[in-house]
Amino acid sequence: MLEYSRWKYLVILIALALSLLYSVPNVFPQDPAVQVTANRGTKVDAALQQRVEAALKKASVPFASSEIGKDGNLLVRTASDDDQTRASQAIRDELGSGFVVALNQASTVPAWLQAIGAKPMFLGLDLRGGVYFEMQVDKEAALAKRFEATAEDMRVLLRDNRIRYTAVEPRKDGTVVATLGTGQDPAAAQRLFARNMPTYQVDAAGNTVSVRIPQAELDKMLTDAVQQNIGTLNNRINELGVAEPIIQRQGADRVVIQLPGVQDTAQAKRILGATATLEYRGVVEGNAYDARDAGLVPPEGRLFYRKELGADGKPIPILLNKRVIASGEQLQSASSLFDSQSGTPAVSVRLTSIGGQRMFDYSSQHVGKPMAVVYSERIPEVKLVDGKEVRSTRVNEQVISVATIQSTLGRDFQTTGLESMKEASDLALLLRAGALAAPMDFVDERTVGPSLGAENVQRGLKAVAFSFIFALGFFLIYYRMFGVITCLALMLNLLMVVALMSLLGFTLTLPGLAGIALTVGMSVDANVLINERIREELRLGLPPQKAIAEGYERASGTIADANLTAMLAGVALFAFGTGPLKGFAVALILGIVTSMYTAVSVSRGIATLLYGRRKKLKSIAI
Amino acid sequence: MKPFNVFPYDSNIDFMRLRLVSLGVAFLLMVVALGAIGFKGFNFALDFTGGVGVELRYAKSPDVDAVRTRLEANGYPGAQVQAFGSGNDLLVRLQTEGKQAGGADKAASIGDAVAAAASLDGNPAEKRSSAVISAQVGRELAEKGVYALLFVVIGFLAYISARFEWKFAVAAIITTLHDVLICAGWFALTGHEFDLTVLAGILSVMGYSINDTIVVFDRVRENFKGLRAPPGEVLNKSINQTLSRTVITSFVAMLTVLALYLYGGGSLRGMAESQMLGIAVGTLSSIFVACPLLMWLGVSKQDLMPKAKDVEALARRP
Repeated sequence: MLEYSRWKYLVILIALALSLLYSVPNVFPQDPAVQVTANRGTKVDAALQQRVEAALKKASVPFASSEIGKDGNLLVRTASDDDQTRASQAIRDELGSGFVVALNQASTVPAWLQAIGAKPMFLGLDLRGGVYFEMQVDKEAALAKRFEATAEDMRVLLRDNRIRYTAVEPRKDGTVVATLGTGQDPAAAQRLFARNMPTYQVDAAGNTVSVRIPQAELDKMLTDAVQQNIGTLNNRINELGVAEPIIQRQGADRVVIQLPGVQDTAQAKRILGATATLEYRGVVEGNAYDARDAGLVPPEGRLFYRKELGADGKPIPILLNKRVIASGEQLQSASSLFDSQSGTPAVSVRLTSIGGQRMFDYSSQHVGKPMAVVYSERIPEVKLVDGKEVRSTRVNEQVISVATIQSTLGRDFQTTGLESMKEASDLALLLRAGALAAPMDFVDERTVGPSLGAENVQRGLKAVAFSFIFALGFFLIYYRMFGVITCLALMLNLLMVVALMSLLGFTLTLPGLAGIALTVGMSVDANVLINERIREELRLGLPPQKAIAEGYERASGTIADANLTAMLAGVALFAFGTGPLKGFAVALILGIVTSMYTAVSVSRGIATLLYGRRKKLKSIAI
Repeated sequence: MKPFNVFPYDSNIDFMRLRLVSLGVAFLLMVVALGAIGFKGFNFALDFTGGVGVELRYAKSPDVDAVRTRLEANGYPGAQVQAFGSGNDLLVRLQTEGKQAGGADKAASIGDAVAAAASLDGNPAEKRSSAVISAQVGRELAEKGVYALLFVVIGFLAYISARFEWKFAVAAIITTLHDVLICAGWFALTGHEFDLTVLAGILSVMGYSINDTIVVFDRVRENFKGLRAPPGEVLNKSINQTLSRTVITSFVAMLTVLALYLYGGGSLRGMAESQMLGIAVGTLSSIFVACPLLMWLGVSKQDLMPKAKDVEALARRP
């Protein structure tokens, strides 16, 4: 008699049911869809839905349905990829820049399945297609910033050493030229600059001193900027929750970002593309309304607008100093918190020592005076003009807070007065990530064609199917009845791997499919070990049922040792692998774990079911 | 009904007698592989070297193979041509001679040259963009690959030492490294492209190879405990007992990888190739290398006895 306790059968049944339940979402097709998301200041509502539907009807683009989802986005499902593209074009034309219009894949998994967390596997860029971005550092802007910063340093040096100057300006030829006041000694200024900026080339001519930043240094600055951006983008992408992002440097000033499984281009783009900077500026006295209406801007001032609307329904104007006290570059960290003093959400900021020094210098002289924080966002835009793409950048500058300097500030201080915790954390996130050394623009953006992905899916599935068929075929011929048992165990194994990968949210890549195929190949090992052992015990003259029990018993130890070591290789791949390789490693590891269970426990259960009750079992088909 | 067998169960091949020959052959193969890696080097893919990628747009949908042939004829051998984005776009990847290919200017000029070279009759290619993939990323990847290898070796050593004994661990590691080396050597020797998936394939070969070896060792351990026989005989018996399992498992594993090779498409071919080779070598080495090594290291029954008792017994002696 073979023993196999009831609860173990129960476990098998539960495993089978759960595996079925959680792998079945992969069977549901996905609808091509267009997703409309609200941008800053706009709203997705029933009116918008009507507008979109009307626009689609006008452009005579057929669509299946449109709905506003729980996430507040409008989802327009279409019947085909073709319709999807046309629909997105039509909607984009209709809505303009107030909304983000993106191609997406809408799930058709029934709600009750989604409710228990059953979802299809993420497919990698190579399988589903995905988003491919190429971002380029805005070289001009980065260099301009650097020159401006150098000019500022020179001004400070001259002032501190009491050398009068009339102007310190960056020139187009890549130098920064200081024009000294009459009677000042250019040689002294030259010595001063040469001492403080040893790597720069300093020349004096007449009453001007020019400083040239060496090309190597500019190149290095750009390289560093890209490197910093890659780190920043990494952080941002992590917050996007993409499973296997690929961020690669490309060339001198570009970064390639691949977001597999992400069809929500808009969301990714908004998070990746927004470059937020903070600028701390002093408030200039004067009537800002006059400045706005009559153009009466004081020479040292510049007109900005606050986020809040005034009584006239327009943003409140404010005059700020042209000089920036500290900017995002000097920002080391930013975190959101609830400030108990002001009772408002706040962002706690830490500056670099240079920024901190500047903040200290300014605030110590301006205690009791207001200081403003300008939040500027660069939004890359693409417009079609006469059929040609025209790229531009909209700079959105907003004064997000005007606060009175309560006391002398140092490196650490807080910006209070943010509207909500969400805004505080959003801002802190963008600040943290957004201490960008150089602004970046999208120069290339692409959705990897689903056709190529579909082709890869087909290939991968075919490979898995055939590897399965080969293995099953062999087992059926070679082990007969036990071959059937093995096949059932293998099928459950496959189901479990798929279910686990779906449930745990791993991304399936083409190598991942290969990993599943390989899992089939490797997991047969456990079954072969058992079956061979049973045969061996039979040959030694054990009665069939005893042989089965012995076979399973003795093979189990070997299986554990062999599989655990093999798993180490999978773990190494997972730990050190990148991108698609992780998918391969995951499939391998999960496959090994489930194959141990199915081979040792499940197949034993089936064997017991078949042979366990027979009192006079003379032979078994193995 | 008699069981259906490929292998006679009463096989009693004296593998140990062949141990000098088999270890010699294994050593020779390793030397050849090392030589190939050392002198010829790998044909690293863009993943590792960095290089130039050029995006091309064709007037009409181009035949990828035709473009590849055309590029080959125009002095760009080994250019990777793959469909990218819409049906009219192709991505051509090149490995430049200067591995640390310079700035954007250089890439741009290469891009133009490639576009001209890749144009088909009546279907000109237009350069969409060109770029240089940094060698930095590749170096990092290679570094990670080495770390992964180290991790696996140390992990194996620790696990097998704990579950078996250090002689088993050393023999298993050397066997596994032998397999990896031969796989890698094959890629160096043939000049087949070595990309990330091949690296994954080779690492999974380590898993496969150790699996195979452990199964044999497991039986060795069992037999050492149960049999009264000299080590050579125990090893021989263990190999013979597990022989049919070894062959069947490898055969089935080979079948599944063959399916990958045949149906998985080009991007999986390198991986499948490394695995097919790895399975073959791993199987043979678990028979012809692992056990002879164990013999050579002087494994004995005592190695598998609990150690503490020996020490105590020794201590008790006057």
